[in-house]
Amino acid sequence: MADFTSGFWNLWVMVLVALSLLFCLYVLVSNNKRHSGKVELHGHVWDENLAEYNNPLPRWWLYLFWITLIFSVVYLALYPGFGNFKGVLGWSSTGQYYTEQAQAEERYGPIFARFRGMDVAAVAADPEARGMGERLFQTYCAQCHGSDARGARGFPNLTDGGWQWGGEPDAIKATITNGRTGVMTPFGAVLGPEGVRDVANYVRSLNGLAHDSLRAQRGEELFQTNCVACHGADAQGMAMLGAPNLTDNNWLWGSSEAAIIDIVTNGRMNRMPGFGDFLGEDKVHLLTAYVWGLTNQ
Amino acid sequence: MQSQATYNYKVVRQFAIMTVVWGIVGMLVGVIIAAQLVWPALNLSDVGEWFHFGRLRPLHTNAVIFAFGGCALFATSYFVVQRTCHTTLFAPKLAAFTFWGWQLIIVLAAITLPLGFTSGKEYAELEWPIDILIAVVWVSYAIVFFGTIAKRKVSHIYVANWFFGAFILTVALLHIVNSAAVPVSAWKAYSAYAGAQDAMIQWWYGHNAVGFFLTAGFLGIMYYFVPKQAERPVYSYRLSVVHFWALIFTYMWAGPHHLHYTALPDWTQSLGMIFSLILLAPSWGGMINGIMTLSGAWHKLRTDPILKFLIVSLSFYGMSTFEGPMMSIKTVNALSHYTDWTVGHVHSGALGWVAMISIGAVYYLLPRMYGKTEMYSTKLITAHFWIATIGIVLYIASMWIAGVMQGLMWRATNPDGTLTYSFIESVKASYPFWTIRLVGGILFLAGMFIMFYNMVKTISGEKAYEAPVLAPSAAHA
Repeated sequence: MADFTSGFWNLWVMVLVALSLLFCLYVLVSNNKRHSGKVELHGHVWDENLAEYNNPLPRWWLYLFWITLIFSVVYLALYPGFGNFKGVLGWSSTGQYYTEQAQAEERYGPIFARFRGMDVAAVAADPEARGMGERLFQTYCAQCHGSDARGARGFPNLTDGGWQWGGEPDAIKATITNGRTGVMTPFGAVLGPEGVRDVANYVRSLNGLAHDSLRAQRGEELFQTNCVACHGADAQGMAMLGAPNLTDNNWLWGSSEAAIIDIVTNGRMNRMPGFGDFLGEDKVHLLTAYVWGLTNQ
Repeated sequence: MQSQATYNYKVVRQFAIMTVVWGIVGMLVGVIIAAQLVWPALNLSDVGEWFHFGRLRPLHTNAVIFAFGGCALFATSYFVVQRTCHTTLFAPKLAAFTFWGWQLIIVLAAITLPLGFTSGKEYAELEWPIDILIAVVWVSYAIVFFGTIAKRKVSHIYVANWFFGAFILTVALLHIVNSAAVPVSAWKAYSAYAGAQDAMIQWWYGHNAVGFFLTAGFLGIMYYFVPKQAERPVYSYRLSVVHFWALIFTYMWAGPHHLHYTALPDWTQSLGMIFSLILLAPSWGGMINGIMTLSGAWHKLRTDPILKFLIVSLSFYGMSTFEGPMMSIKTVNALSHYTDWTVGHVHSGALGWVAMISIGAVYYLLPRMYGKTEMYSTKLITAHFWIATIGIVLYIASMWIAGVMQGLMWRATNPDGTLTYSFIESVKASYPFWTIRLVGGILFLAGMFIMFYNMVKTISGEKAYEAPVLAPSAAHA
């Protein structure tokens, strides 16, 4: 694909490049005088005593300049650079990228493919596979979930047995492959500030946390009409929707009354990106086993 | 008694003093962010976001480049252009405006950057109202400088003024083109360019800020203060012609080497690389001309610490301008890019070249602004020199090691093709070197405090002095 919107710009770049190189050549050649015997002052004096000798250009410096100029012309003949001319080697950065990827696939692909047929529990039990899974995790997952997989505020802890989207091997694999988008709808306008606070107290009461029992009582009624569609009548969540269990004292965004009020009022969008296209099935398989193995060994 | 015109030293004096002040401020912020990398708690996250590394880092870069370096360039160029043109400054009121305008810009930067107002363009972070102020001050600067050149009493323009002139013209062009933006509110504007074009224009600006602000401008300083302090003629007029034209012609192309292996088209990357390589010889031309000016006067290096500053700065200049072309080679860049090697490279230029030559020039200027020729204490200048030099060496060496180590760790793979080290492991391994860097930075800052003390002792109680305008030498007649 051409990098230029019209032939003019191609020509423009070529002319500018040629002119720049020729200009360097010109200043070099036009000042290339050898020692004439004695070095003289150039003849002007500024500010009492500022003067200039007229020494010739140092030869080694001149050769250095020549070498870089010659190198540049050769480079432009071999590689893309001179307008649309692609260079005789046919190299391109995308070409190099795809070549290296293909080489890596050929070399490393079989190593990962060995575990393709094994089920997740068997892979998780294999020390070699677990090591590979952990290295993949450190490269692709640790940025959000932490190098110890314990997550952070807003990023799930993968070691505590709590699963928003399900902890079975197939569910974990689907999460890694396609990613997940969790949506909590904002209820501030529906419930009003007092209603939100009541619901927050009810949710805290489900986890044995300090709460206002009168508010919790009122909150339960509001919960049963507004929240059960996703979180269920028993508030134990629904993995299909990614609706968290609200009774296990496991908090992604904090358990304080203020934190719960914030999330109920304003809602929340949370996203796990999909890695299926990027990593391919075999690596996702190893990652699934590693993550599953964190709580199932 | 005949009344004789005097050079306008007031604006030179003001800028020279503020060079030292802003040097201390900018380097202090540098030391703070270096400490934050070693002790992340110093980000003071519990207090607020305004003290975070991400907010202070642009404050550091802007303060050292544009406040410290900028004031040094204003002071020296106003001094040099008057004395080598044998005339007073053109439009002195406008010159005074450039001083107060530039200080206002610096203060506004120091307020808005920690508050989070930023265009997100490196070394051009200031938001659009400040950008407009910069453009106005800079055009005024150009009027004063070129106006003075126009009314010169000598036919030939001295070489230092070529470099100052190129620097002033180009920075005006770079700033105005790169800062073009569409304002959406009083403190927010979006770049006029998009995508790869925006990135290319940003680094066309970014690298020429290095090439013209931090190189051409400071070569202007070199061409006056080195021969003056050494009391020797410049080594070669011919070399200065060749390296001047070659330098300003090729620097313009070098920007794409900041964007190797990105979405930038291959042809642009290649041109960035080859012109960066061609830059080696023109850059070294300046170093050769400066250092060889000392031939026949080498003994002065033993006793004159100002000359030490000037000559060592040229050595660091030569080293950085060798390192730069090398790092622009794609395969080298694949290792060095995004690592601390880049940080080390920048500081061998910024501390070794820019700061050292500015410090030398200011030590020359300050006493002369008060009718003297010597600073209060030469011993303190010597002490400053050694502390600063040790600081730079610690800084650069630690960043080289850290950078190469990071580059090697990031590319290391296991037999199964997975990465040997996670990113966080390379961070962990960098801590010792960040501590050494911090020590280097503290040493360099300590040197600036010595300079401040020496300055106060030199000028306190002294009467400001304005030297009479000299008649051009007979050789010009």
